[in-house]
Amino acid sequence: MIQKNKYLIGVIALLALALFTVPCLAMEGPDSIELDSLAELYEPVQFDHIMHVEAAGDDCSVCHHHTTGTPVQDENCIGCHANSGEADEVACSACHPANRFQADYLNKIDENYRLNHVDKVGLKAAYHIKCMGCHEENDAPTGCQDCHTRTEAGDKMFRSGKYAPKGGNKSRKSGH
Amino acid sequence: MKVFNRRNFLKGGVAGGAAATLLSKSKDAGAAKSFGGYPNSMGVLVDLTRCVGCRSCEAACNKEQGLPAPDLPFDDTSVFEEKRRTSEGAYTVVNKYDTSKDHPLFRKIQCNHCNEPACLTSCFVNAYKKTPEGAVTYDPTVCVGCRTCMVACPFYVPAYSYSSVINPVVKKCVFCYDTRLKFGRPPACVESCPKEVLSFGKRKDLIKIAHQRIRSKPDLYVNHVYGEKEVGGTSWMYLSSVPFDEVGFDTHLGNQPIISYVKEFLTIVPMVLTIWPALFAGFHLLANRKDSKKNEKQSITNGEG
Ligand code: SF4
Ligand code: SF4
Repeated sequence: MIQKNKYLIGVIALLALALFTVPCLAMEGPDSIELDSLAELYEPVQFDHIMHVEAAGDDCSVCHHHTTGTPVQDENCIGCHANSGEADEVACSACHPANRFQADYLNKIDENYRLNHVDKVGLKAAYHIKCMGCHEENDAPTGCQDCHTRTEAGDKMFRSGKYAPKGGNKSRKSGH
Repeated sequence: MKVFNRRNFLKGGVAGGAAATLLSKSKDAGAAKSFGGYPNSMGVLVDLTRCVGCRSCEAACNKEQGLPAPDLPFDDTSVFEEKRRTSEGAYTVVNKYDTSKDHPLFRKIQCNHCNEPACLTSCFVNAYKKTPEGAVTYDPTVCVGCRTCMVACPFYVPAYSYSSVINPVVKKCVFCYDTRLKFGRPPACVESCPKEVLSFGKRKDLIKIAHQRIRSKPDLYVNHVYGEKEVGGTSWMYLSSVPFDEVGFDTHLGNQPIISYVKEFLTIVPMVLTIWPALFAGFHLLANRKDSKKNEKQSITNGEG
């Protein structure tokens, strides 16, 4: 009997937790985040977190998979993480590596090969795949400079702005 | 048998070097007919479904390789009005294709770094080399500018540099070998891509990843990894959401290395030494004929689309 009561209390507690944590956590999240770890060719992005929480209908898992707030929905994650609970860190950069294709990271996944993690995208792609996927579906802006202004280094690499080719180079043969 | 003819030729006609090493490996592999690539070679998996046509990869390549200024800025999308090819000034180009889906797809073109490169096997001065890391590199100091490799390459990749009259050379993507790959770093284009259209890794791992992506999203991808088997396998491989011929891939190349097919060219190579000028004219004609054939094919496809 006692066992059963304990069990029931546990379930109720869990339910209550689930009910309360969802909106709470969503509200507890930061209002705005500066995404600057990769800024080089583009200025850092001022990410309006609170606006995007609303846009996602308070459903954290739309972006955060299984790491915080609402339960996991992604089919890829559900297999193992249906009951994993929240992660210690929720920032994209906590799991998505900025050095995705550098030797040290490649060696690491080589040693610890897990089919569902081996293809985990790097940080830059995590942002762009998530953001642009949603933006496309919802007719939100998708141009590079709609979200981040290019830096001077960026202009230089893209040979644009004041680094634009002058007068064209049309005479150059195709080489074939 | 054809393979053996070629090897004999290469061994006899051109001493040692990369081509011979490469080919003798295939003998070591016993029954295996083709070499199949170095076991730990690196590659790039290109996922066309992710590409947004931002051309960051083109810009990064231009900077890394110190290529001349382009005609137009790299953020100019008017370049998508035509189908471009790689050139001496651009080792990679992104083209746009209207597809049977409701949205266009973009495709990045560069050297595919074949496991058994036709450019390498067709070159009679051994200017090309397949490195154990997977890159097909090229030594301009030995190139005599005969352009056989341009004719041999099934993907129309090597381009001829007309700007240097004194030392005419062929130019193409080298997988950033000297500046990055040999130090274990990914090529510049891979690093620049915002959407990880380009995944760098061991070729054998990339093949697993590619098939896993198809398995997990069977509705998104066509069930084929282009380059896994084509022409004996290539280091650069592709995933697509539409049949590959819709995005400009040649789907009739077959899985045999091209060496078997360029035999005709080889038989005329020894003549280079005797009738040099006539041969140049011949190569020129061959190159032109191939081009016009390709244009024909293109206009047919355009006509249908
Ligand atoms: S794609 Fe062409 S140039 Fe590149 S390795 Fe293959 S045959 Fe050579
Ligand atoms: S950088 Fe990536 S997304 Fe942009 S055009 Fe190149 S492959 Fe496509």
